[in-house]
Amino acid sequence: MKDTPLSNCERDFLLKAIEEKKRLDGRQTYDYRKMKITFGTDYGCCFVDLGKTRVMAQVSGELVAPKENRPNEGIMFFNIELSPMASPAFEQGRQSELSVKLNRQLERCLRNSKCIDTESLCVVSGEKVWQIRVDVHMLNHDGNLMDAASIAAITALCHFKRPDVGIQGDEVTVYSPEERDPIPLSIYHMPISVSFSFFQQGTYLLVDPCEREERVMDGLLMIAMNKHREICSIQSSGGIMLLKEQVMRCSKIASVKVSEITELISKALENDKRARKAGGRCGFAESMPQERITALKTDETSVEMTDASERANDIVENAEVPPQTVPSPVVPAPGVGQVGQGLQNTWGLEEEEEDGDEEEEEQKMEEEQDEKEDSREGDVVEISDSEEEEVVILHPETQDKSSKNAASSSNQKGGKTSKQREKK
Amino acid sequence: MFSGLREKVGQVLVPGDEFSLEVQETLSLTEPLKPEKVLLGPGLKRRGDRKLLVVKSGVLRHKQPHVFWVENHQRRYVPAKGETIIGIITVKSGDVFKLDFGGSEQASLSYLAFEGATKRNRPNVQVGDLVFAQFIVANQHMEPELVCVDSAGRANGLGVFGAGGLLFSVSLGLVRRLLRPRSDVLSDLQKLFPCELVVGMNGRLWVKASSIQQTLIICNLLQSCETMTTAQRQQLFRRAAQGAL
Repeated sequence: MKDTPLSNCERDFLLKAIEEKKRLDGRQTYDYRKMKITFGTDYGCCFVDLGKTRVMAQVSGELVAPKENRPNEGIMFFNIELSPMASPAFEQGRQSELSVKLNRQLERCLRNSKCIDTESLCVVSGEKVWQIRVDVHMLNHDGNLMDAASIAAITALCHFKRPDVGIQGDEVTVYSPEERDPIPLSIYHMPISVSFSFFQQGTYLLVDPCEREERVMDGLLMIAMNKHREICSIQSSGGIMLLKEQVMRCSKIASVKVSEITELISKALENDKRARKAGGRCGFAESMPQERITALKTDETSVEMTDASERANDIVENAEVPPQTVPSPVVPAPGVGQVGQGLQNTWGLEEEEEDGDEEEEEQKMEEEQDEKEDSREGDVVEISDSEEEEVVILHPETQDKSSKNAASSSNQKGGKTSKQREKK
Repeated sequence: MFSGLREKVGQVLVPGDEFSLEVQETLSLTEPLKPEKVLLGPGLKRRGDRKLLVVKSGVLRHKQPHVFWVENHQRRYVPAKGETIIGIITVKSGDVFKLDFGGSEQASLSYLAFEGATKRNRPNVQVGDLVFAQFIVANQHMEPELVCVDSAGRANGLGVFGAGGLLFSVSLGLVRRLLRPRSDVLSDLQKLFPCELVVGMNGRLWVKASSIQQTLIICNLLQSCETMTTAQRQQLFRRAAQGAL
């Protein structure tokens, strides 16, 4: 699919804005966009966000036979993928001019600067060496892919750990991470690319151009440098004539930017190392947004509860005694009185008590009735029978007890009546 | 019949939600039976005889008397007949221009479809120019076609843009919010400073203010409106008004 064309009005506006030292996103001339470095769950996986540009780098290792002319050196392999996900202008599986340019620049920046000790990647001289492969995937294209790619690649290389290898005689054993700790690559220095775009035949200069600025620029200068201010590669494209002073000024700016970025990378690596050591959330898990609905149901997840009970006890001990609340009458509607609304429900307890009371009352009532019966004299048996039925209907749950009571009372009554009859 | 649909107005729906349009079981004998109609907008599809299927995720909206649609977040534009868009001229070939409007294919615009254009008097349009145009043909099977005149042959606001200004894209949802009859975003924007704003239904906005600084401010404000609540937006606009003056 074709890329959206750039309209004349955008081009004119951008050039005019650059003349006035203004940029589309409010940055200053030498400002980088907001940079974020995150890591995947595995070693050697790194994401770099540079504004809206997003790049992923994945490092992998493989045991292969070395090259003929370098029998005791490991092999570095770089690959840049421009997928249509990044921009509709990129096509899948075809080497475009841009991807060749980026790939070449990354190789010059990282391999030719000898930032990685390739001799330490040798296992058996002339037979087995490690091939380290760096795959850089563009996830979103908003300009300055080269800087993002170089940062992602070098950070991923710093993050990567290869499995340990043991040699017994002719036998080479690759140990799994459980058996022996994996070994990080030995990296001498970290070359980082910084891009400068030139406008109006080199009159104006911008650092970290965004996509629309890249489209209207006349020329591009990429300087790869490490924090020791050693230039690892320098490339100018676009066919503009640059003065010596301009290149010198660019290299000075680059040295400042590189030291900032190197600091950011080392901080990110340190954070990740600490997170991994603590066994906390790192990599993808950390980048997962919280408080966002991603599923329709919630699955129960296990929660870490190491110090939960201690903390709960602390909270309980340190907590203030809640003030005594007196239930005040509430009148929700005229003619209705209510007490203790919104307080804790204590009905469960009271109910039990009431049950007991009721039973007692029943017994009392029955006793009273008995007494009455005693006082009344005559045709009492039928009344006691009917009373029994009534009890059953009113309190079905206390049937047993009441029936027992009734039975006992009836017995008593029977006894009494018999006595009464005797009296008669 | 549409009570189920009416109940859900203002709620979030997801693709796959279904509504059944069952006929009322109890019919009153006294009132005359009125056949009920419903007009389905974007995001709702009729499935079978008595089923409505939701095909986009978003909020269900309703307009009296019986129009329903799903308001969703989207950036890909699908042309619809009668909508006005901002296009970029990509090709000038013979008697038609080809325009990029952000859709799956390019639209064609006849050079005679401008105000006052005749075979002799061609409009002055260059490749890369911006055009505000209206779709007269937009369907799945045909190449979309644009015009820059209304049915009476007048421009009526359509046509080629003048020099200056800045083009940028926002989501289609924000464009619809801007085009609402009493748009809250626009009324907030009006309080800031005078500017020209052209809103294309394809998510493209063109802004021109008196200075480059002001144009950039408006552009950034509108782009950030997308993810803000009303209170946040008003606070931001107030800050911009204070900072810019």
